[in-house]
Amino acid sequence: MAVLAVMVTAFANTSAFAQEAAAGAAAAAPAKPVDMGPIYKSVIFYAMLFLLLCLFIAIVGKALRVYELTREAQGKSTGINWNAVNGSLFALFLIVGLYGVYWEYTVHGNMLLPQAASEHGEKIDQMFNITLIITTIVFILTHIILFTFTYFYKSSGKRKAYYYPHNNTLEKIWTFIPALVLTVLVLMGFLTWRSIFYKVEDPNNKPLNIEITSQQFAWTIRYPGKDGVVGRKNFKLITGINGLGMDFKDKNNLDDQSADELVIPVNKPVKLILTSKDVLHSFYMPHFRVQLNTVPGMASYFEFTPTITTADMQVKTNDPAFKYLFYCSKICGSGHYNMQKTVRVVSQQEYDAWIAKQPTFINNDLRKQFNLPVVAEPAKGTADAAETAKDTAAVKTNQLALKK
Amino acid sequence: MSTITLHDTHNHDDHAHGHHKETFLTKYVFSQDHKMIAKQFLITGIIMAVIAMGLSILFRLQLAWPDKSFPILETFLGKWAEGGRIRPDFYLALVTIHGTIMVFFVLTAGLSGTFSNLLIPLQIGARDMASPFLNMLSYWFFFSACVIMMGSFFIQTGPASAGWTVYPPLSALPKAIDGSGLGMTMWLISMILFVASSLMGGINYVSTVLNMRTKGMDLWKMPLTIWAFFLTAILGILSFPVLVAGVVLLIFDRSFGTSFYLSDIVIGTQVLPNEGGSPILWQHLFWFLGHPEVYIVIMPALGISSEVISVNARKPIFGYHAMVYSLIGITILSFIVWGHHMFVTGMNPLLGGVFMITTLIIAVPSAVKTFNYLATLWRGNIRFTPAMLFAIGLVSFFISGGLTGIFLGNASLDINLHDTYFVVAHFHLVMGSAAIFGMLAGVYHWFPKMFGRMMNDKLAYLHFWVTFVCAYLVFFPLHFLGLDGVPRRYYAFTEFEFMQKWVTVNVFVTWAAIVAALAQVAFLFNFFYSIFKGKKAPQNPWESNTLEWTTPVEHLHGNWPGEIPTVYRWPYDYSKPGAEEDFIPQTVPFSKTMSSNMPHDFEGNAESERIQNEWNLKQQKLEDAKQD
Repeated sequence: MAVLAVMVTAFANTSAFAQEAAAGAAAAAPAKPVDMGPIYKSVIFYAMLFLLLCLFIAIVGKALRVYELTREAQGKSTGINWNAVNGSLFALFLIVGLYGVYWEYTVHGNMLLPQAASEHGEKIDQMFNITLIITTIVFILTHIILFTFTYFYKSSGKRKAYYYPHNNTLEKIWTFIPALVLTVLVLMGFLTWRSIFYKVEDPNNKPLNIEITSQQFAWTIRYPGKDGVVGRKNFKLITGINGLGMDFKDKNNLDDQSADELVIPVNKPVKLILTSKDVLHSFYMPHFRVQLNTVPGMASYFEFTPTITTADMQVKTNDPAFKYLFYCSKICGSGHYNMQKTVRVVSQQEYDAWIAKQPTFINNDLRKQFNLPVVAEPAKGTADAAETAKDTAAVKTNQLALKK
Repeated sequence: MSTITLHDTHNHDDHAHGHHKETFLTKYVFSQDHKMIAKQFLITGIIMAVIAMGLSILFRLQLAWPDKSFPILETFLGKWAEGGRIRPDFYLALVTIHGTIMVFFVLTAGLSGTFSNLLIPLQIGARDMASPFLNMLSYWFFFSACVIMMGSFFIQTGPASAGWTVYPPLSALPKAIDGSGLGMTMWLISMILFVASSLMGGINYVSTVLNMRTKGMDLWKMPLTIWAFFLTAILGILSFPVLVAGVVLLIFDRSFGTSFYLSDIVIGTQVLPNEGGSPILWQHLFWFLGHPEVYIVIMPALGISSEVISVNARKPIFGYHAMVYSLIGITILSFIVWGHHMFVTGMNPLLGGVFMITTLIIAVPSAVKTFNYLATLWRGNIRFTPAMLFAIGLVSFFISGGLTGIFLGNASLDINLHDTYFVVAHFHLVMGSAAIFGMLAGVYHWFPKMFGRMMNDKLAYLHFWVTFVCAYLVFFPLHFLGLDGVPRRYYAFTEFEFMQKWVTVNVFVTWAAIVAALAQVAFLFNFFYSIFKGKKAPQNPWESNTLEWTTPVEHLHGNWPGEIPTVYRWPYDYSKPGAEEDFIPQTVPFSKTMSSNMPHDFEGNAESERIQNEWNLKQQKLEDAKQD
């Protein structure tokens, strides 16, 4: 309260001092000695610290007031020239700010995603770089203009401003130039966009269809099996053992395989069929510049061609633990922040070997349900895998049931 | 026009002499005076802004220190922060309500509501709004909307948590997230009340601007603030009803079992009966409002900064007509760009291409505005009043945020940037920083008009510099998180290996946010203290040309004690060569400023030109005589 009272009486401050004070407050917290731990955790401590800061600002304000009054009493010019102070601060802000931008670009700019690992991704990156260069130039130039104007044209009390209400030529120039630059960007963007979503299918290099189904906080990956087609499904058929609601009367479903990770062969087009069981999710695979929402009641499609295998990327990023991921980027509930799966890009041979080992969705329980002939004794390896897959599915269902 | 004005004056005088007795209730609570309603909007807006800022600090704490516990949080939040750690679903509630409050209650009602109400009658020369009663109703609908929205914090299942865009099915299914229960119902009711409020306000603003301008105030003599408020109101009237349509359908889906947005949904293993709806329909309806909404947010801020920059640079705003045309351009274009929020929602990619073209076109009028601001500052005589500082800050943020918009408006680039921190950084620069700075510039500039007292300059400088620096420190680094593929609305970065490197950045950003929040204490103290104890304001503290500064400092219902002044000139005659002072108010006729008149001032009026020429010749002769 006392502090507030001081603030009430003293009522003038300087920005320079205050900034220091603010920075001081920010710096004070990280420097924690060990034995002070509990104190630093208490709210009172920070409240006191803040009141102390207010007191300090109030004292500075009071001092400034005293200074101004003495100047006045001595009959000198009236105290501090705040126009000069603010104008200079803008100039300072420009210099420090430009360095800050440089620092951000070089330090944080080096912590970003590695190069695109897909064909269309390279085009996107190119597009991005062009946009980045243009916008950075405009950003720097306009800010230099803005803050040098504020510095040089600050009021001195002696000068009159230059009456200059309009200049049609100038205005035409700066309507036309942005329009031109944007036209170029629009055209490039438009062509890139078309090339991503309107692909002509090459009969010799047909895409691999993979279906991804999202549900609250998990993904299900479905490979099409030998026929290359993922079978029909219907949400009304979804049960504990038939998580996707696959209609096994459709023969295309019989060979569909499930997998725990998304494994794709390099340099082969992949067509993702994205669906959702409950709410909206977004299938986001940033290394490949792929993102598309999964929408309940509607399938969406994204076709891309991976170009760099996981192993190659590990070499390129110099990080042996590197792995591609896909995760959810559309708010979908409390588990939104942890909904990920690994992606592995491998050679065609590795892929062929891997896919042969993946279990099918169909099992005897489902065969019974759909009145299909029950297979007596499937190959051992597949059975085990199917068993585990089923178990995990059951566990998942249980967990969900528990949550609700 | 003149007949209407005269009639109005007459009517008012009768009223005032007759039965007009003000009680506390009619003066401060159910006031129909536009100045009081403006203050009500402003103070409610400020309170909501403080609340929403507090929410943002809560989730910034969670992001910076996901594994630390803050026992104080449990004291206040109870089960939502058990053990002093915010729960994931409550985190989503926090971001949802933060966004809703900031976009709708602060930057729409708090900004448009305050300054349209205050300035439209004062700057066009009207005694009050076209319908003062509707105006009062507008505030009270807004107030009820705020109360209901805040009320959702006090129910068991918590506030709405599906993001401020409340995309169904998440927002439609209480089983998908707790917040979609009663909290979401309250969100929807609150939003309907809010839209009703904003429609009543908007209709009032438009009819006032069109019908009640004083004598001489033709459209091209209106200050840019009025142009901005006018076009904003039109935008609101045309787009908000679409949101209500969307909201009503959502209420139907939630409560009456319809399937407008829902189809093929299974929660756990429970199959829902809905079929045939599409969640994308909601997105179209929502963003048909939602995108104009961001211009509803920024245009008043641009209008305010145009006025503030011109007054304090002591220069006419550069390219007044271009400024108006670019506002009109933005208004029209903003209706055909909503799809750029939906590039990757599974919408037909053909539409994506079209919306990208319209979106990038809208950057042209925005660029024109920016360059015109810069040209206005050129060779100015800049007075750094607090309002001017914030207006310059707005220009800086508008440039930065506008440029990042060029990335997001490009459908191809949006594939990888959509729903990442890049988006968060972008719209916090243009809305969270630029529009807020416009609002603060308005508060500092028109505080003397609202309360008859001055705010403290030095405290305002402190407020500006700390906020300006910290806003950049908070939002600039966030772009890089987005470029690294970090999605927004993540409760914690702990589950991903690659996000670990951004935790230190999060800590830094949170500290910057805390310092920025503390700096607002300087503003709040300054604001509330100055209402009661500030220095008494002179009639025209900023030496401004516009009409509001011709009214007496002490408020009276009806604004001008006598007749409403007549307007003779545009509002930007600052530092006109030949004039004695560096400003000529709009009420000064050209006959009194013979020495500074320019040929185009007369807009082709032959008689005036003849008189001016005669005067010029006479002056010339006098000069010659002196020299001899």
